[in-house]
Amino acid sequence: MENITGQEFISAMSAIGAGIAMIAGVGPGIGQGYAAGQAAAAVGRNPGAKSDITSTMLLGQAVAETTGLYGLAVAIILMFVKPFK
Amino acid sequence: MGNLIFNAAGSISCLCEATADTAKSSSEDFSFMIKLLKEFKIGGQTLYITSTHISLVIVTITLIIMASVVNRIVKKANASDTPGTIQNIAELVVGMLDNMVNSSMGKESKRFVNYISTLFIFVLLCNISGLFGLRAPTADYGVTLPLGLITFCMIHYCGIKKNKMKHFGDMCKPVILTPINIIGELAVPISLSLRLFGNIMSGTVLMGLIYMLPRYVTVGIPAAAHVYFDIFSGCIQAYVISMLTMVYISDKIGD
Repeated sequence: MENITGQEFISAMSAIGAGIAMIAGVGPGIGQGYAAGQAAAAVGRNPGAKSDITSTMLLGQAVAETTGLYGLAVAIILMFVKPFK
Repeated sequence: MGNLIFNAAGSISCLCEATADTAKSSSEDFSFMIKLLKEFKIGGQTLYITSTHISLVIVTITLIIMASVVNRIVKKANASDTPGTIQNIAELVVGMLDNMVNSSMGKESKRFVNYISTLFIFVLLCNISGLFGLRAPTADYGVTLPLGLITFCMIHYCGIKKNKMKHFGDMCKPVILTPINIIGELAVPISLSLRLFGNIMSGTVLMGLIYMLPRYVTVGIPAAAHVYFDIFSGCIQAYVISMLTMVYISDKIGD
């Protein structure tokens, strides 16, 4: 155990950091699920406006997804680009 | 040409730059990373021809061929004849795009329908090119950031044309919130491009990881994953980026 070099330690910590960064995926999941649930309720109430509701839902979900994608970008940079050498 | 400059000079394009460095320095080489095919120097800067450029050229040539074929068929068509298959498909696509732009921009749609349709078809072809063995060009931040910057320039050009100097006056409406408003305006191209980049990049990375699994697993599963990551996600993102561009622009021209 005493033979861990600094480089290996940094790699391991980067992997742990990437895992922690992906906790950001919780928020968009809740948000997108809520938007889809509300859209389903809206279609149930007014089936004629299905196409409008679907496009609005997709747009809102795409915007809600942004914060999760920032976490994903951080995780990918930590895993594959290795900024800390 | 933006991505060429960007790949070499931009600091945020570390995904391309540093990927190149790690791929060269160490032995690990993932199939989903940007590959450097040719290296050359211009004025002290080291530039690369990457797999992104190859994919972009192939996508552009495909678009040009499709456009010229449709152009020839539509020019020859007679109003009294029954339209052929290709003409039917072309009319369907153009009608769908016209409808999409018209429903969210109203009477200003005539000025923007060309750009929005081009953007939609280009991004769609780029996204689903992962299905044909290319590395999707939109999984490179140097391709998506120019798309966001074009939208940013169009937003402010339309705003200044419509409202003259009041366009800048609106930005400091409550005077104390001026810095926050300016940051909000600057965040538009970044969030627009990062959304497309992140979605396609995550699809590319996951497909690469699936193909690295043991042989007997990679028989049927990648097909289902391709349907989700390339076709479904690609279509949704092409729709979303053109829709958001329209929403931002029609917000400024006030319709």
